[in-house]
Amino acid sequence: MSGVAKYLSAVALSAAAFLSPALAAEETEALGDADNGAVIFRKCQSCHAVGPDAKNKVGPQLNEVFGRKAGAIEGFRYSDGLIREGNNGLVWDYEHLDAYLNNPKALVSDTRMNFRGLKDEQERHDVLAYLRQFSASPRDIPEAQPTAIPKEIELSDEILAIVGDPEYGEYLSSECTTCHQRDGGDEGIPSITQWATEDFVTAMHAYKEKIRPHPVMQMMAGRLTDEEIAALAAYFAALED
Amino acid sequence: MTLNRRTFIATGVATATMAAPMVRASGKPRVVVVGGGAGGATAARYIAKDSKGEIDVTLIEPSRQYYTCFFSNLYLGGFREMQSLGHSYGALASQGVNVVHDWAVGIDRDAKTVALAGGGSVSYDRLILSPGIDFIEGAVPGWSVASQNKMPHAYKAGSQTELLRAQIEAMPEGGTYVMVAPPNPYRCPPGPYERISMVAHTLKATNPTAKIIIVDPKDKFSKQALFEEGWGKHYSGMIERIGPDFGGDKVSVNADEMTVDVDGEVIKADVCNVIPAMKAGRICEMASITDGNWAPVSGHTMQSRIDENIHVLGDACAQGDMPKSGFSANSQAKVAAMAVRGALTGSKVFPAKFSNTCWSLIDSDDGIKVGATYEATDEKIAKVDGFISATGEDAALRKATYEESVGWYAGITADMFG
Ligand SMILES: Cc1cc2nc3c(=O)[nH]c(=O)nc-3n(C[C@H](O)[C@H](O)[C@H](O)COP(=O)(O)OP(=O)(O)OC[C@H]3O[C@@H](n4cnc5c(N)ncnc54)[C@H](O)[C@@H]3O)c2cc1C
Repeated sequence: MSGVAKYLSAVALSAAAFLSPALAAEETEALGDADNGAVIFRKCQSCHAVGPDAKNKVGPQLNEVFGRKAGAIEGFRYSDGLIREGNNGLVWDYEHLDAYLNNPKALVSDTRMNFRGLKDEQERHDVLAYLRQFSASPRDIPEAQPTAIPKEIELSDEILAIVGDPEYGEYLSSECTTCHQRDGGDEGIPSITQWATEDFVTAMHAYKEKIRPHPVMQMMAGRLTDEEIAALAAYFAALED
Repeated sequence: MTLNRRTFIATGVATATMAAPMVRASGKPRVVVVGGGAGGATAARYIAKDSKGEIDVTLIEPSRQYYTCFFSNLYLGGFREMQSLGHSYGALASQGVNVVHDWAVGIDRDAKTVALAGGGSVSYDRLILSPGIDFIEGAVPGWSVASQNKMPHAYKAGSQTELLRAQIEAMPEGGTYVMVAPPNPYRCPPGPYERISMVAHTLKATNPTAKIIIVDPKDKFSKQALFEEGWGKHYSGMIERIGPDFGGDKVSVNADEMTVDVDGEVIKADVCNVIPAMKAGRICEMASITDGNWAPVSGHTMQSRIDENIHVLGDACAQGDMPKSGFSANSQAKVAAMAVRGALTGSKVFPAKFSNTCWSLIDSDDGIKVGATYEATDEKIAKVDGFISATGEDAALRKATYEESVGWYAGITADMFG
């Protein structure tokens, strides 16, 4: 176990004294193996730098990333969506970094981070343990809960396999167009035309599970069932044929 | 094929499954929509678009240009031009809606006909009423519709809003703007308070010693904590609210004298914006489908509880937990459009879903919002879930919220008028 992970476990243990025993067990899991994380991070290095004198490259530098508002490094050219999520309140805490590493597009559909994601949960935890060493006192990671089980948006095959009813999707889609401009304009509110189906389904589930921060979308997606999201996707997909 | 709006419409028409039309002795089923506002224009457009010519849709609306009440407060604040709030019916006509510019002056529910002011009548299989609001006579003693040129309500947008802005611009230095706020329920719960914010924004720049007084019959109001925080921050010392604990519910006005009497205390006003208590647009009373001030409806279909051939949308209906807003009217219109198509052409009908979000602007780049989702129960339209902006939010979020409202305006007006 790396130094960081041990340190975190120790803090967690002292906090755990105030928690119920069941919770305590969960809270003291190791965050991840930072040494292994350093090795995995090589995959990221062509675009991201971290450590002393790290500069922005194709992607922003990652010092102090924990607790940083999304899209906030001045002078770095982010996608519109990333800036918007930052304004919506997306902060890079553990949970969101984990979700982003798992599938960047689940959080930000138009992200320039062209990376399909680290699907192995342990690998993600290891990379985050490594990166966390370069964020001194992360504001949004309560020190007492370094291992709070992160939520993530990993759609099961069953969800992806649901065949939606396009007619129902057409009705449901009429709710979207009260705000989203039909001609694809994206002034103030993102465009919802020309979406790939899987991105769409992933984004809706990310709102539903409150991984993406926008309150209106969390509410709208929150009441859609898996079948209804599939119906919307089917409707949009039918338009593409 | 790529997905853009044009193909969206075109393929929608081409690929949808055709449901078996109801067998009729003569011609196509006819839908008449009265009122081309947030509810009516949306319903007419969706029925025409989704029935692909199977239903004959007629929209009756006296005005050639509809000025949205939404964003009319921003006009008072100098953020929008009146022209940008006007929308015509040309695109609806080209999408198959038969637009008749006239007033509906009577409804014969047995014969299923609507009489027009210009003479003649139109018959319907289903009638959709979305006439908005009218004011309750005598609600504010001393005020009547005849006083509206002295004491404007500006609660139907257009010339009333222009008059109010001209009056604000003509206020003497250090003058007094009084708003008589309406009792619940009324069109756009945050509307009066967004208006106060926008009037304050204008006066702060042009007439900073002016005073704003709100005479309010309500104990509390929509987004109160957010508005009050904003007023303290941007317009400190300018706005005073007299609630019912100080007689805000015992108010009368004198339009000739330009005075407002609040429980015996007389205030001299330079501008007096009277927003009286409201009821469903008069045509609902004429059709005898109201119960009290509003038209009761089933949330499943927006059908009148008194006549199942009539659907009532928007401000005019008793809409359960939903606030009376343009967003709500638009949302209800889609439920009604689906139900009407189902009844007349046998197309599929799905469970009703409703939503609403109301944005308000407090000052430049300081936007807030409140919203909720709803579902139909047998009893009413019931709230499912909701959210509201928080006090103390950072400036970037407030700016993003305002920008979002600008996007929403573009979205909903395109959704209404095509
Ligand atoms: C200052 C202000 C700010 C607002 N801000 C917002 C906002 O930010 N967001 C929001 O969602 N809502 C807002 N609203 C509320 C919104 O404008 C209304 O809730 C909405 O317009 C209601 O739609 P409706 O279809 O019921 O009525 P309306 O949109 O008023 O349409 C009614 C139409 O019916 C026509 N009509 C009436 N009687 C007849 C008849 N007998 N024959 C033929 N036609 C007739 C009228 O000419 C009118 O065009 C605001 C309102 C005000 C006053």
